[in-house]
Amino acid sequence: MTATLEAAAPTPAAGEIPSFTVTLRIRRFNPEVSEEATWQDFTVEAHGTDRILDALHKIKWDEDGSLTFRRSCAHGVCGSDAMRINGRNRLACKTLLKDVNPEKPITVEPIKGLPVVKDLVVDMEPFFASYREIMPFLITSGNEPSKERYQSPEDRAKFDDTTKCILCAACTSSCPVFWTDGQYFGPAAIVNAHRFIFDSRDEGGSQRLEILNDKEGVWRCRTTFNCTEACPRGIEVTKAIQEVKRAMITRAF
Amino acid sequence: MAHGTAAVAKLDSPRSPYVRRKTTRGNYELYSWVFMRASGVVLIVLIFGHLFVNLMVGDGVHAIDFGFVGGKWANPLWQVWDLLMLWLAMIHGTNGVRTIINDYATRDLTRGILKGLLLLAFAVVVVLGTLVIFTFDPCPPDAPAELLASFCTA
Repeated sequence: MTATLEAAAPTPAAGEIPSFTVTLRIRRFNPEVSEEATWQDFTVEAHGTDRILDALHKIKWDEDGSLTFRRSCAHGVCGSDAMRINGRNRLACKTLLKDVNPEKPITVEPIKGLPVVKDLVVDMEPFFASYREIMPFLITSGNEPSKERYQSPEDRAKFDDTTKCILCAACTSSCPVFWTDGQYFGPAAIVNAHRFIFDSRDEGGSQRLEILNDKEGVWRCRTTFNCTEACPRGIEVTKAIQEVKRAMITRAF
Repeated sequence: MAHGTAAVAKLDSPRSPYVRRKTTRGNYELYSWVFMRASGVVLIVLIFGHLFVNLMVGDGVHAIDFGFVGGKWANPLWQVWDLLMLWLAMIHGTNGVRTIINDYATRDLTRGILKGLLLLAFAVVVVLGTLVIFTFDPCPPDAPAELLASFCTA
């Protein structure tokens, strides 16, 4: 089944780019076949410029069409292909093979803490349920202004970092507190609440603080920084959570 | 209709819908978070003060005997100091372990049992400690005088 690629590979010499073989050790799960997840190794020919996603595509297109994973834009914007690569949450489309030591088998697993549907696809519903709970939309009162809602660059800068979130769930599914029972709101929900709490145009800040002032809200954050390390957009997630905590404390005292 | 519900029931086990338990909002966790920071700062002063007085001042560690402890607990300052240290340390520690149980116990039953044991241990230590600090007799009768604090006359 495997090794059909070897014969075809040498012909397209891709310019100066070096090519090498790489082994991907993928966590396979198919509930229609077995309740147990298993590891399966695939060896593919890859170029120095290839990403994990390219290798996954090669496997799916040329070796085993049953391999299941999500991807949409394939360029690090849509946040569909977050997965656990060599034990760390990353976007498959932003991770170059050469950066994760292709000499050894590269492990690829679904993100942790969310129910696996098949292979690398997880059920994102718990993640989006928390996201919906924090009301990720502008809340205002009174009449609509006849022109734009003015905001100074300084006010905009307060929440600039948290506008970058693409909802890939890399942070939430890297959080050990979330792994326990999935009841914690998770970093992504807090980041998106932060984006509105610190928006000078928004008037729902205290409602959102009230929602996150929950037993499962910001107070379950243990500042392990897993989320900050996992974020493919470089958002300072832990810092944002701490800022929400601070806002709650200044509100309470 | 009946067909539809049957299909849903069949799908239920592998893909059971996500349920967030009903909201547990309130300031409890906020106050507990603030308490951990505040009590931590106070405990640093209390514990290092305690260590300094017991181990560094005068003869230091060699001076500790029944009379030394009895003499300290005859003084209201040290009674309050030790009481505060006991209570703050116990609440701080218990709250910390409670947090760890919340983070690591996955099932509600395990969580409940562990927290029950924790509360029991907390109650025993705090009650016993408080009792000792307030009912301690520095000058028990029929004890050899050289073992007691200097103010014991009997």
